Amino acid sequence: MLNERYLPVIATLVVFILLYGYGMVEYKGFRDTLVFTNLLTDNAFLIVTAVGMSFVIISGGIDLSVGSMIAFVGVLLAYLITGLGIHPVYAAIIALLTATFFGMMMGVIIAYFEIQPFIVTLAGLFLFRGLAYMINLNSVPIDHELLVILSEIYVPLPGRGGLTFIAMAMLALLVIGVVVAKRTRFGLNVYAVGGDVQSAALMGVPVKSTLVRIYALSGLYSGAAGITFAIYTGSAYPLAAVGVELDAIAAVVIGGTLLTGGVGFVFGAFLGALIQGIIQTLISFDGTLNSWWTKVAIGALLLMFILMQKAIVHFTRRYSGKNPASSEEPAMQKVESTQA
Amino acid sequence: MTDVNQPPLLSIEHINKRFPGVRALNDVSLTFHSGEVHALLGENGAGKSTLIKVLTGIYAKDSGDITLEGRKVHIKNSQDAQNSGIRTVYQEINLIPTMTVAENLTLLDQPRRFGMIRWRSAHSQAREMLARVGLDIDPNSLLVSHSIAVQQMVAIARALGSKARLLILDEPTASLDSDEIARLFGLMRQLKAQGMAIIFVTHFLDQVYAISDTISVLRNGSHVGTFKTRALSQTELVGHMLGKDLDMLQHEQRDITETEEKPVVLSLSQVGKTGMLKPVDLNLRQGEIVGLAGLLGSGRTELCELAYGAARSDQGSKTWLGQSLPINTPKQAIEQGMAYCPEDRKHRGIIAELSVRENLILALQSSRGWWSRIPMAEQQAVVSEFIERLSIKTSDMEKPIGELSGGNQQKVILARWLVTNPKLLILDEPTRGIDVGAHHDILNIIRELCEEGMSLLVASSEVEEIVAFAHRVVVLRDRGKVSEIVGNQISQKSIIQAIAQ
Ligand SMILES: Nc1ncnc2c1ncn2[C@@H]1O[C@H](COP(=O)(O)OP(=O)(O)OP(=O)(O)O)[C@@H](O)[C@H]1O
Ligand SMILES: [Mg+2]
Repeated sequence: MLNERYLPVIATLVVFILLYGYGMVEYKGFRDTLVFTNLLTDNAFLIVTAVGMSFVIISGGIDLSVGSMIAFVGVLLAYLITGLGIHPVYAAIIALLTATFFGMMMGVIIAYFEIQPFIVTLAGLFLFRGLAYMINLNSVPIDHELLVILSEIYVPLPGRGGLTFIAMAMLALLVIGVVVAKRTRFGLNVYAVGGDVQSAALMGVPVKSTLVRIYALSGLYSGAAGITFAIYTGSAYPLAAVGVELDAIAAVVIGGTLLTGGVGFVFGAFLGALIQGIIQTLISFDGTLNSWWTKVAIGALLLMFILMQKAIVHFTRRYSGKNPASSEEPAMQKVESTQA
Repeated sequence: MTDVNQPPLLSIEHINKRFPGVRALNDVSLTFHSGEVHALLGENGAGKSTLIKVLTGIYAKDSGDITLEGRKVHIKNSQDAQNSGIRTVYQEINLIPTMTVAENLTLLDQPRRFGMIRWRSAHSQAREMLARVGLDIDPNSLLVSHSIAVQQMVAIARALGSKARLLILDEPTASLDSDEIARLFGLMRQLKAQGMAIIFVTHFLDQVYAISDTISVLRNGSHVGTFKTRALSQTELVGHMLGKDLDMLQHEQRDITETEEKPVVLSLSQVGKTGMLKPVDLNLRQGEIVGLAGLLGSGRTELCELAYGAARSDQGSKTWLGQSLPINTPKQAIEQGMAYCPEDRKHRGIIAELSVRENLILALQSSRGWWSRIPMAEQQAVVSEFIERLSIKTSDMEKPIGELSGGNQQKVILARWLVTNPKLLILDEPTRGIDVGAHHDILNIIRELCEEGMSLLVASSEVEEIVAFAHRVVVLRDRGKVSEIVGNQISQKSIIQAIAQ
C-alpha cells in the first residue's frame, strides 16, 4: 500500500498537473517548453528559499527573516562588487557566510535561550532589512562581466525552452536539500525534532545543535536565494523581496508539509512554489485579469490544501491508520498460534 | 549470579535531586552489578523515574557522584549516557510518532556510506531488531499506526539494538500481555547471561520475583534498602514500599451483589465494524461492572470505542435506557452521560502544561458547558477531595501535571472522569502503572461509585483485577466475543480458560 505520508505531495502534484494541463488546453503558447523553463527561472529564488524553509517547518519552527535576508544579501553583494571591487565569486562566498552566520545566531538564540522561533526570526526580519538600508538606500545595478557570462549560459531544450544558470543552480540546491533531508542523519534528526522534541531528546538526538544547524541552513539557503535574485534582476534594492517569507511558507504548506512539524517533504516545497508560479503565468496569459488575482488564487489554494490535509488525516485515522485489522496483525497471529 | 567481590559496574553515591516543592531524591546511594537484574521499586512518586533520568543525564543532579567501572563520570545528556553504554526505555514511550518504525529504530545509528544513509541496510537492520523482540511488522509503517503495546516493544527493540552495558527499563511491561512479557523476560535473561546489568522498574510484584536478583526500594525519595530477591518475602517488600504493613497481597475478595433486576443502561445488539470488531451483543445494567478480558488485539479497546462512539459502528444498534438512540459520536455519548477514559493517555489524556486542578476539572467543566464556569472554591474542593481519595502525590494542585510521576498523572486522569459522575463509565486499562496501594484505593472507589448506581465497562489485561470487581466478564478473542462469564463462575481460571480455548 502507498504510504499515507506521500498523499499530500501527490495531491500537490495532481493540482500542478491539472493547472498545467488547463493552461495547455486553453492557450497555445502554454504548450511550449519555454513556459516551463521560465517557471523554473522566474521562481528560482522562491524555490531556493522554500527549500531552506522546509527544514525549518519540518522541525516545527518558522523563519520569517528570509525575505529580508534576500534583500540584505543582494545589497551586500552589490556593495562588495561595485563598491569595494571584490571579485563576484569571493563576494558571493562572503555573502553566503554572512547569511549562514546570521541564521546560525538566530538558531543559537532559539535553541539555547528557548525563545520562540517566531519572535527571534521576526526580529531578524526587521534587523536584516535595516542592515540592508544601512548599506544602501537605493536600487543599484550590479555590474560585472561574470554576471554577463552567467546570464548567457543557456542549455536549450526541445521547443523554445532552455535552462538558465539560475534555474540549474536552483535545481542543484533542490537536489541537495532533498538528499540532506532523507539521506543524512542530520535530516532525520530534523524530522525527529519536529515530530516530538521531548522524545527526540530522550532518544539522544542533539536537539539544540540540530536547531542551530537548521536555522543556519535556512540562512544559507536564503542567502543563496539572495544571490539568485541579484543575478535574476541584475540589481540590488533594500526593498526587494518584501513578503517573500510568506510566499515561501505558502509554498511549503501547499507542498504538503504540516506546520506542526515532523511531516513533509522538501520536494513538496518545489511543487508548492511552482504552483504559485503557474497561477501567475495563467493570469498573465489571460491578460484581462489583474495580477492581484494571483494572491486570491494562492489564498484559496492554501486554504484548500490545509482543509485537504485535515481530510486526509481524518480519513486515514478513520479507515486505515488506526485500523486494527492491519495494525495489530502480529497480536492476532499470536492468538492464532496459541490456538494451534 | 552476582559476584560480590567483583567491583560494581555502576555506583551512585549520595545523589540529591530537588524539584520545586519536592525532594525527589534524598541522599540515594546504590550499586549495580554486571550480570544482574536489579529491580527498583517504590510507590508512585517515590523517585524511581527521577533516579533513572539523573543516571541518563536528562535531569541534572543537585549533588552526588556517579561512578562507572571505577571511574567518575559526568553524564550531561542522553548522548553521553548512550556513549557510556547506558540504554534506556523510559516510562513514557519515547519514540517519534510521525516517523516510520524503521526510522525510529535506526535514528542516530543509521548505516551510512560516505555520510549517506543506506536505507536498504537500515531496513534490514530494523527488521533484525524487530525479530529479536518477536515483532513481525512492516518497518516502513508509521509508528502511530500501531497499538501502544507494539510501540512499547519497538521502544524495547530500539534499546536492545546496540551494544550496551547497562539496560534500564522503566515500567516496560505496563502495556504488554503475558506472551510479550515472557518474551521480554527471555531476552533479559539472555542479556544477563552475556554480562549486562539491567535495572527494571515495575509495579507488578510477581514480575519482580520472576526476573530480578536484587531489589532496591525507594520511598519518598529515600533509599529504604537493598535486598536479595530470594531472601525477601512479598509481605516484607510491600511493607518496605509503603512504609506500613498492608495486608493487600491476598487477592481482592469478591464481594458482589447481584444486579439482575436493575434496569439496563446500555444495550448493544450485534454492534460491530468491519475489520475492527465482529458483531457483539452486550447489556450493561445499572450499578453493574462488566469486565472485558482477552489478549492484546482481541478487540477490547475496539469494543470500548464502539460502545462510546469514538469509532462509528457499521452494524447493529444501540439502546440507551430502553430507548433506541444513535450514539455514534463521543459528543452524543457524553450528552447521555457516558464517559470514556482511553488507553493511550500520553497523547489523548493529559495536557502537560495545565495544572493538576485544570486537568482534573476539564471533563466536569465541559459537561456543564463552557459558559458556566465552575467557581474556584468548588473546583478546589472537588480537586482536593480526589487528591486525597486517590492519594495523588503532588506538592500542590497548581503544579503542571507534566511534573507529576507517571502513576500520579494516571490517577488524575481517572479522577477527571470520576468527578463527572457519569451514568456509564468506560475505562480502558485503568490501573496501568499504578502502585499496589493506589490500586487498592481505585478498586474501592470504583465499587463505591457502582453502589451509587454508576455502571462500568472495564477493559483490562489484568485478569486478577477483573476477577476482583466484575459482575460479568465478556471474553474476547480474535476481535469477537467468545463467551460471557457470570457471577460465581468468574474466576481467574475460568477467564484464562475462555481466553485460551
Ligand atoms: N520535571 C519535574 N518537575 C517537578 N517535579 C517533578 C518532576 N519530575 C518528577 N517530579 C516529582 O518528583 C517526585 C518523584 O517522581 P518520579 O517520577 O521519580 O516517581 P516514580 O517513582 O517514577 O513514580 P511512578 O511509579 O508513578 O512512575 C514526584 O513527587 C514528582 O511530582
Ligand atoms: Mg515513574
